[in-house]
Amino acid sequence: MNPWILAWRRFCRDRLGLVCLVVVLIYIVLMTAAAAGWIVSDWSKEVGVSYAPPRFLGPEIPSKNDSAKRENPAPTRDDTGIVDPLAKDLAEIAKELTGGSATSEARAATLAFGGDKWGRDVLKKVVKGTETSLFVGLAAAAFAALLGTLFGAQAGYYGSRVDDFFNWLYSVFTSIPYLLLVLAIAAVVNQKGTLTVILILGLTGWTGIFRLVRAEYMKHKVREYVLAADAIGASGPRRMFVHILPNVSHVVLVQLSLHVVLFIKSEVILSFLGFGVGVDTVSWGSMLAEAQSELILGKWWQVAAATAAMAVLVTAFSLFTDALRDALDPRLK
Amino acid sequence: MTAYVARRLWQFFPTLLGVVLLVFCLFNWVGGDPAYMLAGKISNPEQIENIRRQLGVDQPYAIQLWIFIKQIASGDFGASWSTNERVSDIFVTRLGPSLTVLVPLLVISTLLAMAAAMLVAYVRGSLTDRAIMIGCTVGQSVSILVYILVFQYVLAYQLGWFPVQGWGAGFAENLLRYSALPIIVGVAVSLAPDIRLYRSFFLDEINQDYVRTARAKGLSEHRVMWVHVLRNAAIPIVTNVMIQVPGLLAGAFLIERFFSIPGIGREVILAVERSDFPVIKAVTVYVALATMILNLAADLLYRVLDPRVQLK
Repeated sequence: MNPWILAWRRFCRDRLGLVCLVVVLIYIVLMTAAAAGWIVSDWSKEVGVSYAPPRFLGPEIPSKNDSAKRENPAPTRDDTGIVDPLAKDLAEIAKELTGGSATSEARAATLAFGGDKWGRDVLKKVVKGTETSLFVGLAAAAFAALLGTLFGAQAGYYGSRVDDFFNWLYSVFTSIPYLLLVLAIAAVVNQKGTLTVILILGLTGWTGIFRLVRAEYMKHKVREYVLAADAIGASGPRRMFVHILPNVSHVVLVQLSLHVVLFIKSEVILSFLGFGVGVDTVSWGSMLAEAQSELILGKWWQVAAATAAMAVLVTAFSLFTDALRDALDPRLK
Repeated sequence: MTAYVARRLWQFFPTLLGVVLLVFCLFNWVGGDPAYMLAGKISNPEQIENIRRQLGVDQPYAIQLWIFIKQIASGDFGASWSTNERVSDIFVTRLGPSLTVLVPLLVISTLLAMAAAMLVAYVRGSLTDRAIMIGCTVGQSVSILVYILVFQYVLAYQLGWFPVQGWGAGFAENLLRYSALPIIVGVAVSLAPDIRLYRSFFLDEINQDYVRTARAKGLSEHRVMWVHVLRNAAIPIVTNVMIQVPGLLAGAFLIERFFSIPGIGREVILAVERSDFPVIKAVTVYVALATMILNLAADLLYRVLDPRVQLK
């Protein structure tokens, strides 16, 4: 029977793993829907008042300080006896401004899970951020897995000089701490954007996958089925990618899944520091960056929303990876 | 042993050369012409030419590479582009604050994680074990940013137990007053992954024959765990901690940035923000060198702690 079907059956026995798979799939559906513009395409619309609280907290009651501030200007003017010559014009402009915005769109006092500084819906923002962060994680992991598999296959299969070269490359990349390398490349590229982040993370993150794939190829290249393929005249690349690759692909798959989590975390840090996605894109990292100043004002909902969305996805993805590994490599248990 | 060390040291050269080439390619080739960055918006061709000559970027690549290698060998990377401070001075003055936070952080987090890992490995499979393991998975999934934000907000801003950020002049003041909260945050962040890793080290040992023999001899559980198992499980833990150090030195930048600690990590972030290439180049090359040296030291320590290990 097909080993993938056997693995799937083993996977189905793991209830926790199945639940996590469903959670991950829901996130991926959300990501696709947001990317296609079916949902939350209006996330950047300013629908609520600034820092609109979540609906379950009720609208913010203006405190005494606010009303006192508003009444203040009148008496001071009387005290000094100086009349602001522009006051009338300014008042008119202010009236026009508030009146204008009130007629164009009524701003909600509360939003489902609160609003940010500009009154954008945090819930929609989180979904949009999920799109960015999850996409970066998946794409960067796929890119890193591609590089790692390609390099690992060459090094493990050909050995000798080729192996020496790739091992040298590996030791160069691993002797620089991961985040430092990411930051150094970010400093040089000096260009924000989703694609840049994916490239940076992929180019720096292939080393772990390379190591494992290389070891697998070294193990497999002396097996009988590879010798048989050699005997019927299969070429080197064919033996590598048609014969051996399906037999080591479970290793790549588990690593891919592990790296998604790692890259999502890295993207959040990069975007938080401002070296990540562009200013017109929202990701969990940029949400947390805004939250830094909000928290001091007591507006906790944006940080809570971004944290919860990320924690649920990363936990589900990690547990799913564990289940996947158990299902694909039953000897480990 | 001496032959082994000599061979490993010899292997440093190709790797270090690779790091140098990588950094050189990144900064001199991908990074573009630094003269335009330095000259700023209002600049005439003369100024740019002048700056190019000073930096040596008007030379062919081979000579530029030679200049870079000479800089590394002499430890003189010139002055920072943005503050004009000498790069070597930046290193010397920023290392102290970094270590003031990192050394206690490493010691406390390692001891706590070892204790917790030993406990959960001892009661493996029980409810406590599973609860702590799930807690670790969830704890690991929360971004380090959130730990810092929340701890700083609650413990420092709201409760006022610690200063929100800052750095003093005296060592004792820095260690006890300003480093306390950064250390707590660092321990909280590293505890979850450390416990998971160390638990697997302890589990490897607990199932060994010598543990059964020790129990069969009638030794107390206390002695079996604290003397026999702990000593063996400590070997991979110690080497693991040593390998972590260089990464932490640069990796603690988030903590240093939030708490305004004038350490190496914060300097890296500032340098990246200002495109201050000499500082980033110097940090990358030296941290890579430190990583290689500590990896070798970890291997040697492994040999000292566990005589069965054969160095090849």
